[in-house]
Amino acid sequence: MSGGDGEVAFFDNVGLRYGTGKEVLTDVSFSLWPGSFYFLTGASGAGKTSLLKLLYLAQRPSRGIIRMFGSDVITLPRSRLPGFRRRLGVVFQDFRLVDHLSAFDNVALPLRIAGVDESELVQPVSDMLEWVGLAHRAEARPETLSGGEKQRVAIARAVIGRPDMLLADEPTGNVDPDMALKLMRLFESLNRLGTTVIVATHDVHLLQNVRSSMIMRLDKGRLADPTGALRYPPRSPAGGKTPR
Amino acid sequence: MSQPPLSDAARTGHSPFAGEKARALIPQARLAGPMPWVLAIMVALTVLAAGAGLSLGNLAGDARSELSGGVTVQILDADPRSRAEQAQAAQAVLQGMDMVAQSRIVPQEELDRLIEPWLGSAGDAETVPVPALIDVRLGGKATPQAIEALADALAGTAPDARIDAQSSWLQPVFSALRSLQYLALALVLLLAVTSAAAVFLAARSALGNNRATIEIVHLLGGTDGQIAQLFQRAVLVDSILGGAAGLVLGLAAVLALGYQFAALDSGMIASAGLDWVDWIVIALIPVFGVLLAVATARFTVLAAVRKML
Repeated sequence: MSGGDGEVAFFDNVGLRYGTGKEVLTDVSFSLWPGSFYFLTGASGAGKTSLLKLLYLAQRPSRGIIRMFGSDVITLPRSRLPGFRRRLGVVFQDFRLVDHLSAFDNVALPLRIAGVDESELVQPVSDMLEWVGLAHRAEARPETLSGGEKQRVAIARAVIGRPDMLLADEPTGNVDPDMALKLMRLFESLNRLGTTVIVATHDVHLLQNVRSSMIMRLDKGRLADPTGALRYPPRSPAGGKTPR
Repeated sequence: MSQPPLSDAARTGHSPFAGEKARALIPQARLAGPMPWVLAIMVALTVLAAGAGLSLGNLAGDARSELSGGVTVQILDADPRSRAEQAQAAQAVLQGMDMVAQSRIVPQEELDRLIEPWLGSAGDAETVPVPALIDVRLGGKATPQAIEALADALAGTAPDARIDAQSSWLQPVFSALRSLQYLALALVLLLAVTSAAAVFLAARSALGNNRATIEIVHLLGGTDGQIAQLFQRAVLVDSILGGAAGLVLGLAAVLALGYQFAALDSGMIASAGLDWVDWIVIALIPVFGVLLAVATARFTVLAAVRKML
């Protein structure tokens, strides 16, 4: 078993079931290396969202071992989990924007939760909105935004805190192909800065657009890993990353 | 696309999640919900119950201290001359005793006034023999041992003397007052529990209405304490408004009742007023109400949030 220092996430024989139902994830084992780009694919109902829930610490597994940033998050005291969540950026499939807050306040929310002073967050949030092309919509509420605009606000919120790992659940599901490509370029830019990116999608065209990515394919709750590269990723001698 | 303008601000933040922006996260229509009004009614009723309990306590305390050393010696002799002689002799003995601080024979005119409501002004001492009364104040309390000592001392000079501690006459009244005080205390406690229950239900309702927002804050790394604080602030403002309104209502009722009872001009009722310590206790009721409401909201929210991972 691996799971030592270096990986941002390490899963070993993880299983998940809701209530007394059958397992939605079975014997899932993999390691995610810092600065890597992963696509999580599989048919609808394969368990992609469930796996992401485990990764963004919204769910405990029924069995197995999960380490995040070198710590066993299953046995970790609950009071320490917020610190781990602040190292993650999550783009939810349904955006999960706060409806009564403006786009600016939605993007600023992770910084405010992290205790950033108001005077220090105005510039970064404005810059981030500018970067996703929504500077002119800063005061707009989510209900007045289009699907693509909501998606970009959700992404801006996810990356504003400079996360160590970005998790995106079907981030292109509500946007046109051009916007989907733009979003992929955005994720790539973030990845180049060292953030590990995991994008859950069933859009096979996206996979071709990020050349240096690895693919994690789920089938009926099981992770396909025929070469063992996901479970035992080769380390590069320099940065400890998987080779591109 | 250019590189994203990332900031390290999130890794260096130390400010508490507070202020206008934090308040905006849980939108609240001020005074629109039932909680401030429920709290106002609870505080008003608590002020009334506490005011009543404290007044009764003062009344019983004053009466008890006034009567604690009081003893009445009755000379039960039908013959007026013998009665007067025994009264004089008893008075002489009492004045010579160390344990007696003060004693006086109640004058006949005063006795006549006392019995006038029952026997009328035409009372004839020959047809209705009224005992001679000696009002005695002891240096200490009128304990059974003190009464026994007085009886022994008067046995030779006033054989028809009957000695009673004045406080024993009012013992049933004291018992009734004590019961009313317990009732007031029970009412205060019951109102506190009811207030906490009202806040609990309001907090649960607010939690339900804002569940999606809470989940987002939780998933973005918000701590249980931060989430609880969002609700505490809302409850704090509501409970301050409710508590202040309740205090005004309760004080108005207490003062109105006080004037009504003062108008009775009864000696016993007159001692049932409130002193400055009592007013401070009453003024603290809304403060305790606010603290209770905030604590209840905090524990309710924490209990609910802890069900999330």
